[in-house]
Amino acid sequence: MKNFHVAIIGGGVIGSAIAWELSKYKLNVIVFEMGGDVASATSKANSGVIHSGINSPYGSLKARFCVEGNKMFQSFSEKLGFPVKWVGKYVIAKNKDETKELERLKKVGIKNGVAGLEIIDGFEVKNKEPNVSCLEALWVPTAGITLPYEMTIALAENAVINGVNFSLETRVINLKKENDSFSIETNKGTFRNDLLINAAGVNCRDIVSMIEEPEFNVYPCRGEYLVLDKNYHNLINAMIYPVPPKKQGVLGVHVTPTIEGNLLLGPSAEFIDDLADKRTTKKMMKTLMKEAKVILPNLPDNAVINAYSGIRCKLASLEDGGWADFRVEESKQTPAMINLLGIESPGLTAAPAIAKEVAKMISKHIKLETKNNFKTWKFREKRFQEMTQKEQSKMIEKDERWGRIVCRCEHVTEAEVIEALSNSLGAKTLSSVRYRCRAGMGRCKGGFCTQHIVRIMENQFNMDVNDIKLNSPFSNLFHGRTREVEDD
Amino acid sequence: MINRQVDVAVIGGGPAGLSAAISAKEHGANSVVILDRNSWPGGILPQCIHDGFGVEETGESMTGPEYATKYIEMAKQENVEIMIQTMVLQFDEKQNIIAVNKNGIHTIKAKAIVLAMGCREKTRWHAMIPGDRLSGIFTAGVAQSFINLYNIMPGKNVVILGSGDVGLIMARRLRFEGANVLGVVEILPYASGLPRNVVQCLKDYDIPLFFNHTVTSIAGRERLERVKIAQVDENMVPISETEQELKCDTLLLSLGLIPENELSKNANIEIDEITGGPVVDQNFETNLGGVFACGNCLQVYDTVDMLSLDAKRVGKNAAKYTDDQKQKENGIRLLSGEGVRYVVPQRINEYGKMQLTLRADKPKDVSTLYVLFGAKEILKKRLPWVNPAIMIKIDVDISSKVLESGQSLEVKIK
Ligand SMILES: Cc1cc2nc3c(=O)[nH]c(=O)nc-3n(C[C@H](O)[C@H](O)[C@H](O)COP(=O)(O)OP(=O)(O)OC[C@H]3O[C@@H](n4cnc5c(N)ncnc54)[C@H](O)[C@@H]3O)c2cc1C
Ligand SMILES: Cc1cc2nc3c(=O)[nH]c(=O)nc-3n(C[C@H](O)[C@H](O)[C@H](O)COP(=O)(O)OP(=O)(O)OC[C@H]3O[C@@H](n4cnc5c(N)ncnc54)[C@H](O)[C@@H]3O)c2cc1C
Repeated sequence: MKNFHVAIIGGGVIGSAIAWELSKYKLNVIVFEMGGDVASATSKANSGVIHSGINSPYGSLKARFCVEGNKMFQSFSEKLGFPVKWVGKYVIAKNKDETKELERLKKVGIKNGVAGLEIIDGFEVKNKEPNVSCLEALWVPTAGITLPYEMTIALAENAVINGVNFSLETRVINLKKENDSFSIETNKGTFRNDLLINAAGVNCRDIVSMIEEPEFNVYPCRGEYLVLDKNYHNLINAMIYPVPPKKQGVLGVHVTPTIEGNLLLGPSAEFIDDLADKRTTKKMMKTLMKEAKVILPNLPDNAVINAYSGIRCKLASLEDGGWADFRVEESKQTPAMINLLGIESPGLTAAPAIAKEVAKMISKHIKLETKNNFKTWKFREKRFQEMTQKEQSKMIEKDERWGRIVCRCEHVTEAEVIEALSNSLGAKTLSSVRYRCRAGMGRCKGGFCTQHIVRIMENQFNMDVNDIKLNSPFSNLFHGRTREVEDD
Repeated sequence: MINRQVDVAVIGGGPAGLSAAISAKEHGANSVVILDRNSWPGGILPQCIHDGFGVEETGESMTGPEYATKYIEMAKQENVEIMIQTMVLQFDEKQNIIAVNKNGIHTIKAKAIVLAMGCREKTRWHAMIPGDRLSGIFTAGVAQSFINLYNIMPGKNVVILGSGDVGLIMARRLRFEGANVLGVVEILPYASGLPRNVVQCLKDYDIPLFFNHTVTSIAGRERLERVKIAQVDENMVPISETEQELKCDTLLLSLGLIPENELSKNANIEIDEITGGPVVDQNFETNLGGVFACGNCLQVYDTVDMLSLDAKRVGKNAAKYTDDQKQKENGIRLLSGEGVRYVVPQRINEYGKMQLTLRADKPKDVSTLYVLFGAKEILKKRLPWVNPAIMIKIDVDISSKVLESGQSLEVKIK
């Protein structure tokens, strides 16, 4: 049995941000993640929006952490090497009733400390966004976009470099508190630690119930998305949001540009029974297209290259309006267990601020001493595709693997795939390659590169074909060999 | 940066590129180079290990690799230079190509360019198939390459969606490798692959073919566990009472091919929305003078034979262009009318005899094909039957008067 000061359950953006924050101190930290990589749940399946803080009521934790988190993104991005773009957003009003809502949002925003909010008329919006028609819009300049999975990976890989242990494919099955420490039972053995952090996302209640009777409920609410081909990125410059629907505590179907130049349509909002039910549905695919066309009539019908969904961890039911605040607190019944409950939107934005808060809570139990060898490492420098021809030539001169294109759609090179597979977390699935270097994320969805990546996994990482997985522990891609290959 | 100049640069070294390059050489081009991103020339053929290639062209039935080898040998004899593992990143209207390989970034200035990039397969999202995102879903071509090139089995219990040729051939191939093929599901009332493949790959092996059916959902936690299929009504909407579940670990998609034209689009080449390939004239020249298109990136051909024959003409035209870089008039349009899905070429700017290739929009019995100039029939031909899976070739003679009128021509099947 190994001993740790702090154990974090969940390698989403929240768990990873906390791990990175704690890696600055002389602590023994471990993160348990049941997926084959970090960011394997909600943290990879959201809108990727760095929210401004106009949507949460004044005084709430959501408002506070969102505004604080938003301000930390630029420096996080520069330090850790994941991208952000401050594209801004328009909340558009189609009629007089909706324009009142814009006024209200603006007021709340100002109170929450959001800068630069401005209500502008439809004519001006048209100048900036020729494909958008509205009566008025609220312009939110501090809203931005990021790649949520790259952010999570960057945080986690940096934490590893600074000594945090990540145990992937490790599911926490049971918890016990014995004297002053926790005993954590997992499929990879039992661990012991002093402080426990429950960052299990939509599974947060399951974790609590392993040790005490939870006094709250989780109401999973699925959000589906459609991803459009890059050919249509010119349709908008900023994010386009409708005025939030009155019920459900969500923001409504919006159109968001992504860092990589695709467009996202979504998310839908549907309360479901099974919190692991991440399917996409025909019905919602149609609804999303219909609703997105209300705000962007020129959307093409057959430009979808992907669909996905994420599950919101809601602490309030549909009947109760769907809105509840984040809960970032130490359990009263089980001291030294810190629970992060109901971390739905804007959880991604809030993550850096939540991590700081959790470190503060931990400091009440353990004295936090800063390490003097703490270092930050950029998750990624420029991609081949982003380089000038001169830079490309230079890289190839140094290492010819930069001259072998593995992914035809995104122009990812063999060198980049190998670097992705050599990550410090030890994640070696097809998805872990995709999310690190984008091979297989383009329009052909891996038609060309999958075979090359599999060859690299076999030849350069000595992986057995039967151990090659899409993402999670039982997502094997293959069924053995047709026949043994002979060496010749 | 590595700079060089050539007469003809061919992008893509599949059968189309090989055949165009050989023919360009035969017709007087001094230097011809093929650029291909794969580790081998031959395009998609090395993974097509079944036979039937070359029958129409030479009367001899070959496997894909044999067919490719024949062309590769000819290319060598003609001193065509083949650069493998070389990906073209872009080209422009001045025929400058930028390509990358392990030696660096290459800038190639060509007098004429032949586009022969082939095609890619449609994915799950073209058919907007909802459900879980899990492993076990492959396009048929990807599965084919894993089995035939890498000896890797994609799965054991397989359902195939779409009756394209690659899917039909894979049904048989998987059966040979001991997999259980539960059936091929096709939304249309007829197969989209060749009739001979339906017989030789499904019927002969008792593999069920579900017409008017589609996959309505995909389910499983991590690896595929089951799919639901249902019959569709005349509007292609699934009829829920007919839904049935098939337990399977693998779903192959054979939903059709998309000509690979990202490079062409970036160079502002006009694309035909129906074929997905460039709009060309009777010489297969695109709207960019000196840039020609052939093979599956022009239009998806039924067989390699017909494709190679057309590509030869393209190579010849490209060689001619290197001598005489004449700017051509826009010419007149050739439109697809009733009963016709598409016709290639889409433009005509020279009078004389030429070949048209076209497809019907649905299967029919005895019909008549017309080429119309206003109300006037330039050509009328009786067809015993038509099938969208089988390309129609016809020769027409376009007079100078028709050309000079500036009016469009229309092709119809009634
Ligand atoms: C549709 C949608 C859109 C959103 N859009 C935005 C947005 O635009 N901007 C924004 O700021 N926020 C957005 N959010 C919110 C944001 O995505 C989440 O708040 C954030 O990702 C939550 O991170 P997490 O780490 O708490 O959860 P997760 O990413 O779900 O991580 C929890 C992890 O715990 C692991 N785990 C669970 N149980 C166990 C166990 N027993 N043992 C081991 N591991 C376990 C899981 O595998 C998972 O990886 C959106 C959310 C949704 C659903
Ligand atoms: C999966 C599959 C299975 C098939 N099976 C059969 C069959 O059984 N029988 C039959 O008759 N026909 C079959 N066909 C069709 C037949 O193979 C094609 O008609 C033929 O291969 C097309 O020839 P092509 O030269 O146009 O394209 P391809 O053979 O696809 O060759 C195109 C080449 O261009 C290269 N290329 C593309 N873009 C670039 C770039 N930017 N830079 C460098 N190189 C590039 C590609 O790597 C490829 O090598 C199949 C097609 C597919 C896709």
